[in-house]
Amino acid sequence: MNTISEAFLLSLQMMAQLDPELLRIIGLSLRVSLTAVIIGSIIGLPLGALLALTRFPGRDACIVVLNACMGLPPVVVGLVVYLILSRSGPLGTLGWLFTPAGMVMAQVVLITPIVAALSRQTVADLWVEYEEQLRSLGLTPMKAIATLLWDGRYSLTTAVFAGFGRAIAEVGAIIIVGGNINGFTRTMTTAISLETSRGDLALAMALGIVLLAIAISINAAATAAGNAARRRQGA
Amino acid sequence: MNRRHLLGLAAGFALALSSTPTLAQDKFIVVASTTSTEQSGLFGHILPAFTKKTGIQVRVVAQGTGQALKTGEQGNADVVFVHDPVAEQKFVDAGFGIDRRLVMYNDFVIVGPKSDPARVANTKDVVAAYKKIAAAKAPFASRGDSSGTHAAELRLWKEADIDVKTAGAGWYRETGSGMGPTLNTASGMNAYAFTDRGTWLSFKNRGDLVIAVQGDVRLFNQYGVMLVNPARHAHVKVAEGKAFMDWITSKEGQDAIATYKIEGEQLFFPNYKPGVNS
Amino acid sequence: MHARLSLLPLQLEDVGYSVNGQRLIGGITLRFEHGAPTLVLGPNGAGKSLLLRLCHSLIQPTTGKVSWLGPSGRNPQSRRFDQAMVFQKPVLLRRSVLENVEFPLKLRGLNATTRRDKAMAVLDRVGLAGLAQRPARVLSGGEQQRLALARAWALEPQILFLDEPSAALDPGATRQVEAIIESIAASGTKIVMTTHDLGQAKRLADDIIFLHRGSVAERTPSAEFFNQPHSDAARAFVQGDLTW
Repeated sequence: MNTISEAFLLSLQMMAQLDPELLRIIGLSLRVSLTAVIIGSIIGLPLGALLALTRFPGRDACIVVLNACMGLPPVVVGLVVYLILSRSGPLGTLGWLFTPAGMVMAQVVLITPIVAALSRQTVADLWVEYEEQLRSLGLTPMKAIATLLWDGRYSLTTAVFAGFGRAIAEVGAIIIVGGNINGFTRTMTTAISLETSRGDLALAMALGIVLLAIAISINAAATAAGNAARRRQGA
Repeated sequence: MNRRHLLGLAAGFALALSSTPTLAQDKFIVVASTTSTEQSGLFGHILPAFTKKTGIQVRVVAQGTGQALKTGEQGNADVVFVHDPVAEQKFVDAGFGIDRRLVMYNDFVIVGPKSDPARVANTKDVVAAYKKIAAAKAPFASRGDSSGTHAAELRLWKEADIDVKTAGAGWYRETGSGMGPTLNTASGMNAYAFTDRGTWLSFKNRGDLVIAVQGDVRLFNQYGVMLVNPARHAHVKVAEGKAFMDWITSKEGQDAIATYKIEGEQLFFPNYKPGVNS
Repeated sequence: MHARLSLLPLQLEDVGYSVNGQRLIGGITLRFEHGAPTLVLGPNGAGKSLLLRLCHSLIQPTTGKVSWLGPSGRNPQSRRFDQAMVFQKPVLLRRSVLENVEFPLKLRGLNATTRRDKAMAVLDRVGLAGLAQRPARVLSGGEQQRLALARAWALEPQILFLDEPSAALDPGATRQVEAIIESIAASGTKIVMTTHDLGQAKRLADDIIFLHRGSVAERTPSAEFFNQPHSDAARAFVQGDLTW
């Protein structure tokens, strides 16, 4: 018996049937990761721009730390967020442990550094082009942040999608914080983890293929939309 | 893409996020339980009946027994449902849990490769089997994760008077993971492994592994349920938690447990007796 | 906008700029008043662009002093907003033509209606009104430079620095750009502009500043400069003999 070919068949079958249970799991995966990406971008994009445009003592150290945080181990983040959200922890009263809200929080911690570090580079490159003109028009670097984020929007989607990719593929943090509760906090990745531990490798693999298909579709759609807009804009 | 399109996109996201029906569910309890109960499919079989009857959703967080007890101790669950009587008693004695009740049992088995290098097949005596495995230095995959199953496995090694920490070099492998991953490892390297029958029966990736040892009374595996002590954690949902414990020890709950079968085999045997609790 | 007190005159006193101890420009003493356009000439590397950037405060001199001596010269708001610059390669925002003109007006606190009216009026004057909704970056080189001029013009600056604004353009586009510059000058803005095109300097300049190897070789009224330059370097340059 070939597990991989079996998995392919099974994944096709899943995508054809769209079983409500599977849809719910996909829905939660997308909801958690998209929310985390939105929040992570709201924090990370201005943070990256700020680091690109300002000079202050300790800035180089900040950048090193930020770049290192792109590789934060999800399990460690999961554990830290678990302890923070635990009833005995500082934010225990929120009651977010073993809920999607807690999972979003863990993923925000994971992806904000990615969005910030990548957008810092993008904004720094754009600033080289724009600096004289913007200063001539009377902008200070701080006031230029919004302008550069808006004008760099096509390039910055790369940073946002890198964050999304990390979030949607990640299992270590959300399985600890979410608890992989059936019908409530089970996502694509935690379901894959569960099916692997149940030894149902074909089902796990099939879920993996479905996850990959979703990730590819979303990225392809966003890239196509971005490229079309970019061409129109001549950017 | 202009600003208006982007706003539209953001609104779309917001809409997608707001449609979270599961989040609106307010009547629920969190049960910290073990991988053996969740992964064997038992909860999937019995919980819908309880939820239908009471309207209480049960959120099961499946962990090792050690971790599940810790989860309860920190107040992150309302009910703990595990299988390590010694640890459970300590948990209650320390004041972390109350109203412990015995619910059901299943049994452990030793699985191993068909070729049976340690010649333990058809041995009933689990201690004798352990001695043979050690003597043959046959590969043995242990969970090594302080779970209830791991604790039971270690107690039996102790009874066999084998110190796996020193004598196990080269053949005794700790995977440091749950039952399923440990069975995956055992299947991959044709090793013996100590597992609960439920996980084994629902496990698909068996490879060459079969049950080698079963039926010894020492392989008996008791499950207990207890409420996290509301005196320590005021947010514990006492009424809902008790409702769950009452139901699972009621005739209806006990029958639900008894009727769960995989490939025609019953996995768990209800054994609640009123008055027998601590 | 606001009460138009004069920012000018602009005074440079013994201004110098060095990088890593190497002097790029030095000993510059100049004064700019309201009036007709001043053109800055000189071979490549003479420091023309650097001079404009020092005047416009995009870079700070390493020696000497750049100061605004007019009544509003002490007002930082006026120093920021009453001068403008257009670069050789126009830097346009990745937005529509109209939004590019509106952008600095918004910065100056104008409300949406005033911004739009002002921007449309100036686009009309440079012949770009019909392209107002186009993305700025898809315009031709000449259109882009006219847009950059329109954006600066909309600010009604008291002084406008132009750094080789037509260097990359064909003769037709160059003529359009020159016509716009003349209109801006006629509307009361002091023009200070660099070029390497002697014909353009003759057409536009009231007076000429000739830079050579980082210093001012001479400052002469235009007619005089082209007939009999005072300095040897300028003479050689006008005759086409001086290339560096």
